[in-house]
Amino acid sequence: MSQQPLIFHEIDEPGLATLDVYRRRGGYGDRLTKALNLPPEALVEELKASGLRGRGGAGFSMGMKASFMPKGTMDKYLVCNADESEPGTFKDRELMQKIPHLLIEGMIIAAHAAGANRAFIFIRGEYVQQADILDRAVAEAYAAGYLGNNILGTGHSLELAVHRGAGAYICGEETGLLDSLEGKRGNPRLKPPFPANQGLYQGPTLINNVETLATVPLIVEMGGARYAEIGAEGSTGTKLISISGNVQRPGNYEIELGMSSRDIIYGLAGGPDEGREIKLWFPGGSSSPVLTADDLDLAYDFNTLAKAGSMLGSGAIIVVDDSNPVVDVCLWLAEFYRHESCGKCTPCREGTNWTVKMLERIQTGLATPMDLDIMASVQEQIIGNCLCVLGDAMAMPVGSMVKKFRGEFEAHIEAARAANQLTGDEDAPELALLQGAVA
Amino acid sequence: MSLPDVKRFSHGSRVPGWDDAVDLTKDPQEIPDPATTPVPAELRAEIEATMAKYPDRRSAAIPALAAAQRLHGWCSPEAFREVACVMRLTPAYLVAVASFYDMLDTRPVGHKRVYVCTNISCSLRGGRKLLGELQEAVGDDPDVQVRGFECLGACDIAPMASIDGVFVGPIEDGEVDELARQIVAGEDPLPAKQLLKRPSADPHANSRDWNNE
Repeated sequence: MSQQPLIFHEIDEPGLATLDVYRRRGGYGDRLTKALNLPPEALVEELKASGLRGRGGAGFSMGMKASFMPKGTMDKYLVCNADESEPGTFKDRELMQKIPHLLIEGMIIAAHAAGANRAFIFIRGEYVQQADILDRAVAEAYAAGYLGNNILGTGHSLELAVHRGAGAYICGEETGLLDSLEGKRGNPRLKPPFPANQGLYQGPTLINNVETLATVPLIVEMGGARYAEIGAEGSTGTKLISISGNVQRPGNYEIELGMSSRDIIYGLAGGPDEGREIKLWFPGGSSSPVLTADDLDLAYDFNTLAKAGSMLGSGAIIVVDDSNPVVDVCLWLAEFYRHESCGKCTPCREGTNWTVKMLERIQTGLATPMDLDIMASVQEQIIGNCLCVLGDAMAMPVGSMVKKFRGEFEAHIEAARAANQLTGDEDAPELALLQGAVA
Repeated sequence: MSLPDVKRFSHGSRVPGWDDAVDLTKDPQEIPDPATTPVPAELRAEIEATMAKYPDRRSAAIPALAAAQRLHGWCSPEAFREVACVMRLTPAYLVAVASFYDMLDTRPVGHKRVYVCTNISCSLRGGRKLLGELQEAVGDDPDVQVRGFECLGACDIAPMASIDGVFVGPIEDGEVDELARQIVAGEDPLPAKQLLKRPSADPHANSRDWNNE
């Protein structure tokens, strides 16, 4: 790889989480002064020129998002989404743990671009140690005058607080996050109004992922145009990717977007264990439609994966090898979304529950092949019918698994039914089993 | 497999008194009176400091409940009353909030919280087996709760567990008994396997081996 890591550059240097070492490496230096002395519009233009797309999952242009913030003197907010609860994703954890000041510096610059003078980092409650590290880093930044009133004598001020969540996947959804940050249950809101118009405490709010914000200082330093030269068409820059599941070297890697997926999974992560083959892989967290071994030569960038019917999402690759039945994987996935559905919208609340029930029927041998069609139709009726995309996040991968592995599902149904000695003529197979009428 | 035994009340419903008219003369639940609600000074100070961080004090609800849970071991009725008293909210509001979040326990449980990740990446590497083994190894110690949890964001160390916020993994078969002993005894869990000590997996990230110099 020609592109050296930008965010992960010398990431294990001892003491990098402290202000001294971070400053010695150029942090909070000229680039911060330069950014704070630019007018906000110029900063937004620089971000647009960089082509930086949101690293949290949706992949929306960061510069565009910042440009939606209204002008005026009302209270505006910047919120960093550090809820990172998409299964398979753990890049922000390593970033916050090892180089927290990069995030804080990015937030100072982004807050200036958005015209916000209050900022929050919403970190998931499970990340206790990472939140402690962030708390220490924020205190250091306050003491050194990078946060608070009149930062570096530029007249800008920013109050930054770390807010710990308490364990809910839905709080990674931006409006659910805002409700949770306001001290409520984390139910998503109806959009529009979008957070840029009415977000936190009804004020204009810019919400970005940890990695997106941490990239901002690097863009200011190298210039948006130079940053846009890295990566692929429509997917500029480097990306932190988390690889997990059946690979030999799971972990976080920083890649240049557009790298071949095979090079990532086999080259960096070592591929599955000796003698095993890849059955399927999730390219962007467990919410992305699955891809198979045939798709390994796809370039890993936003547009290529979207064209292949999936998505880059949060950049979390989960590899499943051929020792795992697809029914199990599908059930683990559906159980998660059933548990995490907030219950506000009926298609998601009921759809996730019934999908789990149907998968359990398939597993225990009570299902007929018709159940697959019913399950697929349930998925179709979830997509696009809820306030947020949690339901879609289950429906898309489950639907794609049923579509791509239909043969295996059917074989499983047949085998499990045969084990129960069901003939298919029973009106109610559950009752027949319970009453001991068969087997 | 057995049919679930649904308990019903005499009027045939699973909900008690579902068809009772609302008592409109009854007072709504009140904000606890500071004069009659003793709140430990440390908890009060922590909640007040948290409230000061936000433009709207209500934002402190979740951190405040977490603080009360640390003190009481779970979100007990007493904990809710104390938080409600300091934050000037009704306990009912706080119960509604707490019941939404997995890390806030509204039933009495062990105060040592052990979460074993059972999400997809960990399950592919034996997370569900680990959960069963760890629950068995810990036994029925009333101070410890071992539960399966959704993705904890540490799939690189799968199968893993969070012991009161300390992430450890990958936990191998032979280490379960040792880990269970350390949890019960309150010792540092598997010091060599803690996440914070793990270097980056990326071969391009570091130009040298920082940890061994």
